[in-house]
Amino acid sequence: MSGSMALAGILATPLVGLILVSLSGRSPNLREGVTLTTALVLFAQVLALYGDVAAGARPELLLLPMLPEVSLQLTAEPLGMLFGLIASGLWIISSIYSIGYMRGNKEGNQTRFFVCFAGAIFAAQGIAFAGNMLTLFLFYEAMTLITYPLVTHHGTDHAKKSARIYLGVLMGTSIVFLLTGMLATWVLAGTLDFRQGGILAGQVGATGTAVLMALYMFGIGKAALMPFHRWLPAAMVAPTPVSALLHAVAVVKAGVFSIVKVIVYVFGAENLMNLGSADWVPLIAGYTIVAASIVALRADNLKRRLAYSTVSQLSYVTLAATLLAPISIIGAAMHIAAHAVGKITLFFAAGSIYTAAHKTEVSQLDGIGRKMPWTMVAFAIGALSMIGLPPAAGFISKWYILSAAMSTEHWIAVGVLVASTLLNAGYFLPIVWRAFFREPAPEAHHDDGHGGHGHDDHHGDHGEAPWPMVLAQTVTASLTVLLFIYHEPVLRLARAVAGGE
Amino acid sequence: MLKQHLPILLVIVPLITAPLIVLLRRPLLSWMAAMLASVVTLIIAIPLLQQAVDQGVISYAIGTWPAPLGIEYRVDAANAFVALIVALMAVFVMPYCRTGIAAEVRSEEHYLFYAMMMLCLAGLLGILLTGDAFNLFVFLEISSLATYVLIAMGRDRRALVASYQYLLMGTIGATLYVIGIGLLYLQTGTLNLADLAQRLPVMGDVRATLAALAFITVGISLKIALFPLHLWLPNAYAYSPSAVSAFLAATATKVSIYVLMRYFFTIFGETVVFDARYTGTLLLALSLAAMFIPAVVAIFQKDVKRLLAYSSVSQIGYITLGISLSSVGGLTAAVAHLFNHALTKGGMFLILGGVVLRYGGASLERMAGLGRTMPIAAFAFVLGGLSLIGIPGTAGFISKWYLVTAAMEEGQWWLAGAVMLSSLLAVIYVWRFVEVAYFREPPEGSPSRGEAPLSMLLPGLAMIAACLWFGLDATWSGSMARAAAEALAGAWK
Repeated sequence: MSGSMALAGILATPLVGLILVSLSGRSPNLREGVTLTTALVLFAQVLALYGDVAAGARPELLLLPMLPEVSLQLTAEPLGMLFGLIASGLWIISSIYSIGYMRGNKEGNQTRFFVCFAGAIFAAQGIAFAGNMLTLFLFYEAMTLITYPLVTHHGTDHAKKSARIYLGVLMGTSIVFLLTGMLATWVLAGTLDFRQGGILAGQVGATGTAVLMALYMFGIGKAALMPFHRWLPAAMVAPTPVSALLHAVAVVKAGVFSIVKVIVYVFGAENLMNLGSADWVPLIAGYTIVAASIVALRADNLKRRLAYSTVSQLSYVTLAATLLAPISIIGAAMHIAAHAVGKITLFFAAGSIYTAAHKTEVSQLDGIGRKMPWTMVAFAIGALSMIGLPPAAGFISKWYILSAAMSTEHWIAVGVLVASTLLNAGYFLPIVWRAFFREPAPEAHHDDGHGGHGHDDHHGDHGEAPWPMVLAQTVTASLTVLLFIYHEPVLRLARAVAGGE
Repeated sequence: MLKQHLPILLVIVPLITAPLIVLLRRPLLSWMAAMLASVVTLIIAIPLLQQAVDQGVISYAIGTWPAPLGIEYRVDAANAFVALIVALMAVFVMPYCRTGIAAEVRSEEHYLFYAMMMLCLAGLLGILLTGDAFNLFVFLEISSLATYVLIAMGRDRRALVASYQYLLMGTIGATLYVIGIGLLYLQTGTLNLADLAQRLPVMGDVRATLAALAFITVGISLKIALFPLHLWLPNAYAYSPSAVSAFLAATATKVSIYVLMRYFFTIFGETVVFDARYTGTLLLALSLAAMFIPAVVAIFQKDVKRLLAYSSVSQIGYITLGISLSSVGGLTAAVAHLFNHALTKGGMFLILGGVVLRYGGASLERMAGLGRTMPIAAFAFVLGGLSLIGIPGTAGFISKWYLVTAAMEEGQWWLAGAVMLSSLLAVIYVWRFVEVAYFREPPEGSPSRGEAPLSMLLPGLAMIAACLWFGLDATWSGSMARAAAEALAGAWK
């Protein structure tokens, strides 16, 4: 009973926050106060649910009787718990960061920005605790729509065009593939509930399952499986806090979260293993991992490089989930958490560099580590996590995924993981090296290039970014290390997903 | 006592109000009379639907002359549900007319406008309730004639041409329908629909039946604006007064769709219409063409009213697609979309009417910066657009759910893909509006214009809100659609 009340609270809090933020638009300090309070309250609520769910409780809540046949409902289960915790926890940090970023860059329409941000978190919690596929789909689409104004934040032609790609790919895939897949599931299985072992098990043959698998894998466009990944680099036109929390954590994790969820609770890992209908997915995911890394290697724009790195890292989760071994499912769940803290740190750092130094290209970063040591140390930790080196969280998840690939003797996956580790090192380490070991380039021609900004501060002798931003990236970088040392709570949830207790 | 007369009262109330309005003449009085009559109609329609769902078929003999000699009104869940939709739309549109019409119609013609609205309403309700094929034709003409006048009242001079076009097409449609029922009468000697439903199957496979089916189908399809017989519709919707566009878009084509379903499933019977005939295949092909071609045309429209009109033609394709599946599931989808689309399109036209009032036209160019100048209207319009696309949480999604699952249950898996692809076209035409309204600066030198007057804004918002509500909780609308579908597919006993 109390569990369902808690779920209602989790969904209501960001909504209330959204309304209060829109009402307090006149006074920025009050508005940001509301955002922070909402984020803290939300995180506390999600955290309060952890104990019960980890102990095996599955609180439920009926939202609305949407159709005579299927209703909208919430259920807290371990995987959703994990995603809910990540999204709400990082929202606090990212709010602090946003305050520094939006004010530091004198961005317009800040109220709309914070309103949509709260809306995106609302949708993320809905996805995390969705009790059936219909509910998940509803919040999934809501998330696409509510993040659209964030992508178009600057209102320029470039933003408009990028947002077209964003909306076109995400909505196109979700309508044409995901919705079709969901409705077919309904017709074939007669239910859309998430059940351990899958609802399609024993209902559909191998070919049918493979077709459904394709509909889901490509339909969940937020997981950015190639060739439907283009929206993610396009979304980088948004202000950096959006790229950090939404396009490195909430939105993309909603994608891979849905993929894991569908594989475990709709198809059933064992069922897929027996039918062999998902055997092709690791190949596509592996291709995405390598191809996106190669694009990242060649990208000079820092955010673009990070975006392609995200595309590649998301497919780690897809790859791990479709290896279908219990240990690989654990790896997938762990990687959702590990990549979240690591990648948000990287984006935070990129935003700090932009705010303090107005630099966006990798080639401009020579010697920046001396002026912005906090930022670049955080960046380095994030980079280690991406490569999968200790002492960063990425090592843990990669360990699980690699062991899974070896134990299932999936040598292609092993090869992909090794290659990707090298590629990751290849596109992250040079940035760190540049920042700390190269002499800063003469500033003059950069000032010409960015003369149009109209900012009064002098970029030549900039220091660190505003303190809220530095604080935020320090916290996430510390979390990245902390998750390496102490990951028992996450592991506990991951195990529950994989083993059904 | 009164309860057993509900079927006839539903038609009589607006029918009597029309001449009454002509006598009243004063604009305010006429409006009040029309408003009152609409509300009364709705109050009658609700218990009537309840009764029909509880009892099955209600038969009402006009003047106590028993059928088949006298004219019979025959009410079941299907027509009572559509009647409720029509009455509901009238109640939404009427408060809007007061301010909406003031700007668009000369004040000395206001009483005519309201009289015609009442005649149109009476005609539509009559078509729905009557159990007599010829009586149906009479009501069809009453509603059509009233519609021609209403369209011609648009302030653009092209409204006259639009009205004339519709008059030609509508008359051809009505004529074909009469020829059809003439053929049926020749064979069976009856015009009572229930009687026809019993006698036709016994006649077996007769060429005259087939001819009658063809005449009636084409005749009614003209009124439905089924692709490619839709050519009258875009102009009629674009140039008529906004209130009329909203009312027609939500009701007129829907009522004709009901007639088609009634003839196909109850009167001719599924076996005659669909088995061993190409009717099903033909309807399927036309529905698919409707889903795609007008949707593409909508993308290229420069006028938002025309855009919505072409979108209507495309959405009608979804409804007829449901019919062509010839299953209870397909019919449920058709009826559900009839309801959901009425709410969506009606609401969008009402919102758009407010914009037209402020901007003096509906061309897309004028909508630049609308998100800033009329934020509520622009946002509500976008929400309506989401329902056209079929985003979950809107009424349009419910329709899509029923339609696609019905197609899948019939084993027509590929149709699911067709429906989804055509929704992508809706994304494009809706997003053209979004980009213009939100990413363009308001034209230079335009004075800051506020939202439309509340009396115009509120009905539109109420419909859009209903469209969201019935998207989140479709238990009522869904079960009504199912009951209506079962009533249509049943033997009408």
